[in-house]
Amino acid sequence: MAALSASSPAARAVELWAILEQVPDPEIPVLSIVDLGIVRHVREDATGRVHVGLTPTYSGCPATEVIRASVRAALDAGGFDEAVLEEVLSPPWTSDWLTPQGREKLKAFGIAPPRQSVASPRALRAARAVCCPRCGSGDSERVSEFGSTPCKAHYRCRACGEPFDYFKCI
Amino acid sequence: MSNTVPSAVADEPALAAARLRYVLRLADTSLVLGQRLGAWVGHAPALEEDLGLANLALDLIGQARLLLSYAAELEGRGRDEDALAFLREAPEFANLTLAELPNGDFGHTIVRQWLIDTWQLQVYQGLSACADPRLAAIAAKSVKETRYHHRFSSGWLMRLGDGTDESHRRVQGALDELWPFTAEFFAADEVDELMSRAGIAPALAQLAPAWSAAIDEDLGAATLKRPASLPYPWHGKRGVHSEHLSHLLAEMQHLPRTYPGAHW
Repeated sequence: MAALSASSPAARAVELWAILEQVPDPEIPVLSIVDLGIVRHVREDATGRVHVGLTPTYSGCPATEVIRASVRAALDAGGFDEAVLEEVLSPPWTSDWLTPQGREKLKAFGIAPPRQSVASPRALRAARAVCCPRCGSGDSERVSEFGSTPCKAHYRCRACGEPFDYFKCI
Repeated sequence: MSNTVPSAVADEPALAAARLRYVLRLADTSLVLGQRLGAWVGHAPALEEDLGLANLALDLIGQARLLLSYAAELEGRGRDEDALAFLREAPEFANLTLAELPNGDFGHTIVRQWLIDTWQLQVYQGLSACADPRLAAIAAKSVKETRYHHRFSSGWLMRLGDGTDESHRRVQGALDELWPFTAEFFAADEVDELMSRAGIAPALAQLAPAWSAAIDEDLGAATLKRPASLPYPWHGKRGVHSEHLSHLLAEMQHLPRTYPGAHW
């Protein structure tokens, strides 16, 4: 696109990030893939070709391929059809990469955002209850370690009685 | 999609063969165990456990895909992850024998899962800083998921072991039956030795005490008795399997073999 080739690399980067911010997570559509922290880099190489690095959340997350296809389509539609998509495995994705904005969106959507991630199985076993996204009470109990998607666990609030999803720390 | 983690540099032939074999052992153990767990969907004792086992299966199959894609590149014969998963015969599979054993009851599945989760935690922790950057990246990702698997399986081991007389009797029985298969974890052969000498795989002799201590800690909490160790008679990682693997593969591979190239 002529208009694009005339812009500076910095302007193109802003434009690329804006395009990526419009790509929703297929399983939690209130979050964009940028909110999720899975866009690892956007850069131009010496020949001017754009590289976009994506990292999977969970190894087996079925959304990964849908996301890849959506990013491809969004880049094509935005005039970046030459862009190269790269899979970044290292460092592995962590729920700590969710943006502050993403955490707020999750809460407003009724999903409790993740606590800080922990490293040992013992710490994981002892992890404290999470706050209910509806009434804010910390008096909740875990119903199930695993929920409707790989990234969520299932909780119940003892104060207001509502069940809710918790976005797991990993 | 191109991958930003570099593959292994050119190896001498013996190490290259060992590396491929080692990656296939990890991949096949995850794939076969994931397939086994998938059979619980719709049959678990409660909806939550149904979801739990399905999630474990999903992670394991995802890890297997990453590993099989790497194996396919190492092999360099034009096969991809799908060809490796769906078009190999049982003797070409290199999974640990324990992973292919039938599900049995819920307690039996939990014991098998917990033994392998504890093993995978140690192996992936050891690999996550290893000299093979691709394997290290996959291991660092997998170890985080495996911690959740272990929390699930060890939590159930404790509830069932320290539960009713009946649940205790059943999981102790499953443990007695499955325990001999864990000897294969630590039976080092030339593949393990080459990989550990190259600074890639953690030495099995060093993993054994850590695994053993982790096992004893959970067994204590679950009020279960550790069975006596028996000589090592299992050879799944060498491609010699129980009769159960062929049955599992027949089901898993039926569709892609019947309709080559089929997709959703």
